[in-house]
Amino acid sequence: MVNVMDIPEEEYIFPGTRACAGCAMALIYRIALKALGPNTIVTVPASCLTVLHGMQGFCTTKISVYHTPFATTAASASGILASLEDKGLADEITVLAFAGDGGTVDIGIQALSGAAERDTNFIYACYDNEAYMNTGVQRSGSTPLGVQTTTTPEGKSVHKKNMPKILEAHGIPYVATANAAYPLDLYEKFKRAKDIKGPKYIHILSPCPPGWGYNPKDTMLIGRLANETGFWPLYEVLDGKFELSNSSKRYLDSSKRKPITDYLKAQKRFKSIDEKIAKTYEKYIDNTWKEIKSRLESR
Amino acid sequence: MTLTEKEESAINDNIMILTGNHAAAHAFRQAKVGVVSAYPITPQSPVVEKIAEFIAEGKLKARFVKVESEHSAMAVLCAASVTGSRVGTATSAHGLELMYEMLPWASGNRLPIVLNLATRSLGAPWSVWTDHQDFITIRDVGWIQLFCENNQEIYDTNLQAFKIAEDSRILLPVACAYDGYVLSHTAMPVKLEIQELIDKFLPPLNHHINLSDISTVKGIDPVTTPQVVKRDEGVAPGYYEYRYALQKALENSINIIKEVHDDFAKKFGRSYGNGIYKAIQTDDADTIIFGMGSVASQSRVAIEKLRAEGLKVGLMSLKLFRPYPAEELREFFKDKENIIVFDRDIGYGYEGTLSYELKAALYGLKSRPNIKGFIVGLGGRDVKTEHIITGIYKALDEFKKGIFTNKTDFLGLRLEELEDYDEETYFKGG
Repeated sequence: MVNVMDIPEEEYIFPGTRACAGCAMALIYRIALKALGPNTIVTVPASCLTVLHGMQGFCTTKISVYHTPFATTAASASGILASLEDKGLADEITVLAFAGDGGTVDIGIQALSGAAERDTNFIYACYDNEAYMNTGVQRSGSTPLGVQTTTTPEGKSVHKKNMPKILEAHGIPYVATANAAYPLDLYEKFKRAKDIKGPKYIHILSPCPPGWGYNPKDTMLIGRLANETGFWPLYEVLDGKFELSNSSKRYLDSSKRKPITDYLKAQKRFKSIDEKIAKTYEKYIDNTWKEIKSRLESR
Repeated sequence: MTLTEKEESAINDNIMILTGNHAAAHAFRQAKVGVVSAYPITPQSPVVEKIAEFIAEGKLKARFVKVESEHSAMAVLCAASVTGSRVGTATSAHGLELMYEMLPWASGNRLPIVLNLATRSLGAPWSVWTDHQDFITIRDVGWIQLFCENNQEIYDTNLQAFKIAEDSRILLPVACAYDGYVLSHTAMPVKLEIQELIDKFLPPLNHHINLSDISTVKGIDPVTTPQVVKRDEGVAPGYYEYRYALQKALENSINIIKEVHDDFAKKFGRSYGNGIYKAIQTDDADTIIFGMGSVASQSRVAIEKLRAEGLKVGLMSLKLFRPYPAEELREFFKDKENIIVFDRDIGYGYEGTLSYELKAALYGLKSRPNIKGFIVGLGGRDVKTEHIITGIYKALDEFKKGIFTNKTDFLGLRLEELEDYDEETYFKGG
């Protein structure tokens, strides 16, 4: 387990980016780049991360970044890697694809599935703020049940897509979930991914103050609640072996979990949900943990 | 068996019997592409099958990214090109349309990508046969577009395409088109040049972006604004300036395309007109046929017959479609009387694209030639010599009568075989 002293002081993002106050994505990106270090090339689709990277002629990171159209994150990573292989530099440089949930679970899923199937040696990070935030909070395939967005004013009627599981089904060597509110765990997962050959997928919950409707100072609290209520368990699947991450282990015991309503009530996006949906959530979380338990037992 | 002298010299000259698709693949091999990415589509597929074979046999040291769609293929190539590799692909029709979003990305980034297009008509309804509609649809994305008439020309044009694309004065993607099946699947002799000579003609790519050099940090394609941005660190152009530079690069590329063609002709002894168009029997001609690819090839036969009938007919086969060589065409056509354009495409809702573009290009002439356009051969309908001849006589007759219209005129239609054809009700659905 890493501690805070293990995280390099070197910053790869310059101060003063255009990310919103309290943006978890900025924090995730900062930690990820610290874990991967300077020999990294990043590819980014249209997303909030494009906004962080700023306007024409300037780069807000100390690491080169290529901006690519929305559906092409994983394909562009394949292209960068193929060129590095062509030049004999593939072992020296890490290729990092960094996309939002819309760019990953919706428009980018085909290219990602293709890159995973081709055993592409890259890290794909999805920062999941659970809607199209950059275009003004429209629902995505990763928006949870009951959430109000500008295209689901009545609240979304179905659960979010389980993207890590879809990637697991590709048989890739590394799949992990993470959460902006657990930066050490996040750092460790990127570090681990860097040393594994083949496709690595890290899906990171990324609380979003304007999109989720909470005070920007509470990003860490909201992120923690997602874990403490059992809504977003942290785990890794390394070569098919499932492992619950330390920060989530205690929630195997359902009595340790906080009520899901603590999480739902803390955010304006859930304001239209009724008792029935809250109950559905309890069942959803129970099922999630039943599956985790059975996976741990069947090892 | 003894070889005749001619056969022996053919072998010494490294002449192979190749389909158009395989001619393109051999050009990629000898251009030493670093990254290829493609998705299968008829009639292009043999290009990339052959490339896969070259790689498997160790004849080409390229990375072949076998993607799940053409959209990804062009995305892979854009990223690989940005990282500094020489890259290329091949596609047709629907594949090209699926790539569409990435095509202006490639040109906007000024990436020297080469794409072979075995032309094919666009659905619906489905058709795998040739016409030039796919080629025409990419005219506004900022690519250089060349058309080939035979398999040797495909091989030669591909080698020139990399040189054109990578010229530091240009830096733009290039599409090399040839008719699906007519050339893609038809074998003919193609002379392959000696590798050392090709290496001299086409030195390794020194890319202007090259992300793989991580000693300098680059932010490629951030968001631009409508303004020029000035900060303490420097001044950055806006979108408008980037696009101006792209357009100027295209405008200026015409002379460089000719220059590359002439250099190739000098080194390898084969030329294709002036590199942007081929004029056949035009010196004494008052009537000129204007077309591309298979249409031009078929017209070569037609002019022989028409000349035997006493008409002074010549042919202008357009090789460079974008950038459009308007000035060169104006100069060429300034003293001609009649132009008859045969389009294997339509600017739907208007006329054949070659027809209306030529009309616009000649607008500045003091004395303008008569121009009439015909539509021919959509969806692989044969373009027969007699269709061309019928068109010529019909056009000349209309010119004499002073008829001028933008309404399309189709040759080779078989409406009379559809007994119940009624223009108002037919083919409205299903």
